[in-house]
Amino acid sequence: MSPAFRLSPAFRHAPRGGRGWPGRAAAALAGGAAALVGLPLVVGEYGLGLLTEMLAFAVFAMSLDLLLGFAGLSSLGHAAFFGLGGYTVGLLARHGGFESVAGLGVAVLAAVLVAAVFAPLVLRASGAYFLMLTLALGQLLYGMAWLWRPVTGGDDGLSGIPRPQLPFWGGLLYDDRAFYYFALAVAGLAAASMVWVVRSSFGLALRGIRDNEARMTSLGYHGWLYKYAVYVLAAGYAALGGALYAYYFGYISPHHLGWALSGEAMVMVILGGAGTLWGPVLGAVLVILLRYEVSSYTERWLTVLGLVFVLVVLFAPQGVAGMLRRFSTRLGPLGRAGLQAQQAGSEAAVVAAPLRPPLQAAPGRKRAGW
Amino acid sequence: MDVLGSLLIGVSYGWVLFLVAVGLSVIFGLMGFVNLASGSFYILGAYVAISVARATGSFAAALAAGGAATAVLGVAMEKAFLKRLHGKLLEQVLLTLGIAYVVQDMARWLWGAQPMALPPPPGLDGSVTVAGLTLPAYRLALVAVGTVLGCAAWALLERTRLGAYVRAGVDDLETLKSLGVNTSAVFTAVFALGAFLSGLGGALGAVVTGVAPGMDFEMLILALVVVVFGGLGSVAGAIAGSLVLGVVDSLVKELWPQAALFVVYGLMALVLVVRPQGLLGRSFR
Repeated sequence: MSPAFRLSPAFRHAPRGGRGWPGRAAAALAGGAAALVGLPLVVGEYGLGLLTEMLAFAVFAMSLDLLLGFAGLSSLGHAAFFGLGGYTVGLLARHGGFESVAGLGVAVLAAVLVAAVFAPLVLRASGAYFLMLTLALGQLLYGMAWLWRPVTGGDDGLSGIPRPQLPFWGGLLYDDRAFYYFALAVAGLAAASMVWVVRSSFGLALRGIRDNEARMTSLGYHGWLYKYAVYVLAAGYAALGGALYAYYFGYISPHHLGWALSGEAMVMVILGGAGTLWGPVLGAVLVILLRYEVSSYTERWLTVLGLVFVLVVLFAPQGVAGMLRRFSTRLGPLGRAGLQAQQAGSEAAVVAAPLRPPLQAAPGRKRAGW
Repeated sequence: MDVLGSLLIGVSYGWVLFLVAVGLSVIFGLMGFVNLASGSFYILGAYVAISVARATGSFAAALAAGGAATAVLGVAMEKAFLKRLHGKLLEQVLLTLGIAYVVQDMARWLWGAQPMALPPPPGLDGSVTVAGLTLPAYRLALVAVGTVLGCAAWALLERTRLGAYVRAGVDDLETLKSLGVNTSAVFTAVFALGAFLSGLGGALGAVVTGVAPGMDFEMLILALVVVVFGGLGSVAGAIAGSLVLGVVDSLVKELWPQAALFVVYGLMALVLVVRPQGLLGRSFR
């Protein structure tokens, strides 16, 4: 491995949050897990569909956060990989007769390969230009799915995608509840591995590059290589989300490759809080709930959704995650735990602190990735 | 239809695209504010123009109202949000996408989901025969108006004091302020102008493209393509990008309709690979 990936001593001692934090995080995690396991037993068929969609989108939103929050790369074409994952499993089943659950792996592989080709193109730019390059390439796939009707079904998309077959249980996943638990396991593994990635020396270096690439370069880190790696990685996770989605609903269309969905995922990440992995999960849940629940009360649900976005920007610019964090720092004795959580949220800042000169542009400007 | 006819359709469509894209390009490229509500300005301008035309019967009043309505919305957005979101790309995306959702939904509520069109003004609803060719009069007028507006926008930004302030403010805001220029007023003026042109584009375009909810995002994506083609922050680039996109789009639609999307995005990807800053864009900073 190149020296760029060598673990620098400064990073080995990166603080992992304070004493009060792991306990509360564990409690929240346990509560969340219990809810995820228990809810399908009480909600009906409709609720089960919502939950499964949330799982797929949570994985997708988390993968986008690897780019937005942890690498400072604002992609507006991430849905290309979500859709690619969905189309891969759909095409495998519909045209190849391949219905094994290994299709998930093939989907990830396909997205990783495409991302490996896209990455050198999009990484020529940063900030607003990066946004448009990713948008352009995403729309290219969208146009391709639209055009290649004999294979992709054109704008009708691919429908009737069968659920995957498990090695020993065969068609067990044809049952919606069984599929939900399968999706939960896959999403859980994906989430755990993403947490591991962002906490690894790789993830820390990535955040360092986001905050100050010049400094990281002078420390011997190859910034481009890290961004390349995270772009490819995020594509793989996005494809996993897309494949789960396509398996559950049995349907994938060009819409799932297009920039509108990329924008929606971006909204999930920002709404929940970029730079934390649980923020995007929360964002995915909130956006899907808003979309389906508000629409059952009022026809004007799009207005409600839009107003929520505006209010979040005005009053909770760090997303829901930032709001909760601020709230917890105000809670007296628990306040310290909150502060430490804040540090855990941006460990890179802690790491970079001794290196940072006292005078520097406001971090908010740098963070935006211009 | 013959090639010349579809060329005219392409060029006139290109000028409509220019009116939407120039605001996006200048505000995005020079002021660093990504406005995903540009397409919403387009449909808002179109709807307001249609309503005013029905009420007053005057095409000129309709155009003025369409442009004015979006200019007001643009100034309100700038005053309320732009300053506090300076340099925060993600917040800008979320905010302007939220506004775009609200505008689309309100438009659907007020004007319904059915496509509507603005009738062309009397005198331009027929066709003209030039040198043996029969061409739609409104399209020709659109080309003329677009050319005038395009040149005016270019001259304003590249040849006037206001334009010089804008370009200077982008490079060094503090210095410009210390020279006694009211930078806040300059940026408000540019934002208002960009919004006005998008709204006017909607009003002018509503005759040929019609308008329906969903068209806002269609126009936004096309405007983004134009910006990619032409380069950010350049009026000349926006003109070139719009005309190329308009002509390519109408020619491909003529020859191979299904491939229009793919060709447009493919061309965009090609431009990006060969010349990432766009045809006439300012170089990477």
